[in-house]
Amino acid sequence: MNALKPRQREFFVEALIRVAGFSAILFVVLIFIFLVKEGAPAFWETSLTNLFGQRWYPNEGLFGTTPLILGSLLVTGGAVVIALPLGLATAVFIRELAPNWLREILKPLIEVLAGIPSVVLGFLGMVAVAPLVRQTLNVPTGLTAFTGSLMLAYMSLPTIISVAEDAIDAVPSTYRDGALALGATHWQTIWRVILPAARSGVIIAVMLGIGRAIGETMAVMMVTGNAARIPREWNALFLPVRTMTATIAAEMGEVAQGSTHYHVLFAVGILLFLVTFLINAVASAVIIKGGARRGGRLMG
Amino acid sequence: MTLILLLSLVACHSLEVDHQAPTPEAVTTIQNKGSDTMVNLALAWAEAYGERHPEVRIAVTGGGTGTGIAALINGTVDMANASRAIKEEERAQAQANGIEPVEHVVAGDAIAIVVHPSNPVQRLTIPQLSDIFSGKITNWREVGGEDRPIVLLSRESNSGTHVFFLEEVVRRGDPKDKTLFSPDTLLMPSSEGISAEVRQNPNAIGYDGLGYVTPDQKVVSVAPTEGEPYVFPTLETVRDGSYPIARPLFIYTIGAPQGAVREYLSWILGPEGQAIVQELGFVPLH
Repeated sequence: MNALKPRQREFFVEALIRVAGFSAILFVVLIFIFLVKEGAPAFWETSLTNLFGQRWYPNEGLFGTTPLILGSLLVTGGAVVIALPLGLATAVFIRELAPNWLREILKPLIEVLAGIPSVVLGFLGMVAVAPLVRQTLNVPTGLTAFTGSLMLAYMSLPTIISVAEDAIDAVPSTYRDGALALGATHWQTIWRVILPAARSGVIIAVMLGIGRAIGETMAVMMVTGNAARIPREWNALFLPVRTMTATIAAEMGEVAQGSTHYHVLFAVGILLFLVTFLINAVASAVIIKGGARRGGRLMG
Repeated sequence: MTLILLLSLVACHSLEVDHQAPTPEAVTTIQNKGSDTMVNLALAWAEAYGERHPEVRIAVTGGGTGTGIAALINGTVDMANASRAIKEEERAQAQANGIEPVEHVVAGDAIAIVVHPSNPVQRLTIPQLSDIFSGKITNWREVGGEDRPIVLLSRESNSGTHVFFLEEVVRRGDPKDKTLFSPDTLLMPSSEGISAEVRQNPNAIGYDGLGYVTPDQKVVSVAPTEGEPYVFPTLETVRDGSYPIARPLFIYTIGAPQGAVREYLSWILGPEGQAIVQELGFVPLH
């Protein structure tokens, strides 16, 4: 009897952990089922030409999601272009160049950055960054896709920095020592040896950064102006846009439940879910591939 | 993420005012739902009234005029707040359910056109405003201002103010007119969003309920058409009907109001209720 007891305990603990593990999958599946159940009717309640049309004005039954999709892509793309060099440079600095004491200060500060509520950033963007953008770039309004990208870049930086930093940290020190011993300068070592070796981790950092950016709502809603226009001009980045997330957040609160508008908003949710899912899947594929080839830990 | 967002949105919309009552069985609850334009007003009324009458509990919910009237038709609320008159089909639906909605005008509302304080434009006509907000006029020069692009600001399309502005200004009150807002219109999630942008952007033009206009925005006088007098929105010009972009605000009750609802409604129409109307920037009836 006594001998069985630890084994029984083992069994329960294992079962518990297994349930906890599977619950994550269960919730994702349930959410997806819920989204499909509420969003699928949009595809037969309104025509596909309307659904992918150019005008979003739900009051009049115009549900063209094209401006919303392009708006989200534009803002997210801009954010990545801004955040990637900044985040990568910060990670390299923290890992390779900063003295120990500075690293100890910088790392917690970056964690703090991650903890700032997005509505606070949005408000800051609205009253401080938007006027600045309007004046320095001399555009009609500061509430633009670019302002949204700036805020999103700021918000995805902590993710990009910490993941990229882990990837750089995981590069075996023999690589570094070898490069330096061959007479490479510090910069050559970083650029030619360490970054290429950490490549897959850096790609993951970018992917997770995109995932963080595309799903962000509050800050984007407050600074991008929410004009559902198609960004077709060369300077569209510096004009207002309306993103998928902001549309759902702004309109879901007052939509009549069960109406076409309600279903279309969920359809936009499905789209968003699929995009984030795809990004995460690509990131995971990179992890698996990178991990197998090098056999090393590339992500903390 | 979406789910959490939804839940929080739902939570934001069911603001309930309740007060500690003497005994639970002595408390009468009045359900009040409808227009978001009126939700702050309805909350202020409920709060002030609850302080004087702890035996009455008033539950106030927003959700929009349509939602409020739908709830009245289903008999789930006692009073529906509406920023527009009830439609014929809504009345017919209610009557099919054995409910006779009774209309009470409780306050007045006016939409002010706001621009940056440095903007030299003093006055605009409704047709000009229609052309501006539908994107036909895109430069301030065309309406007597400086050579600057016009940046259009509007409330989100689900707000009562947006719909009222669309019907009365962009479509000039013509129900057959199908003109839409320009796709370049910036839809702001809040009044604060509009005032923040108008305050700092000399290109901007926006509109909002008269009660939400802060002193650091410039209000423009409006004429119904070219040649008619331009009127500046004030309590007086709204009340005497000379300001063209104004509307009454309604409360609908089920049949002639009885008991607690009747007392509450007559308090709203009385001096105390109307003082709150003025405090919140709407236009009192007298």
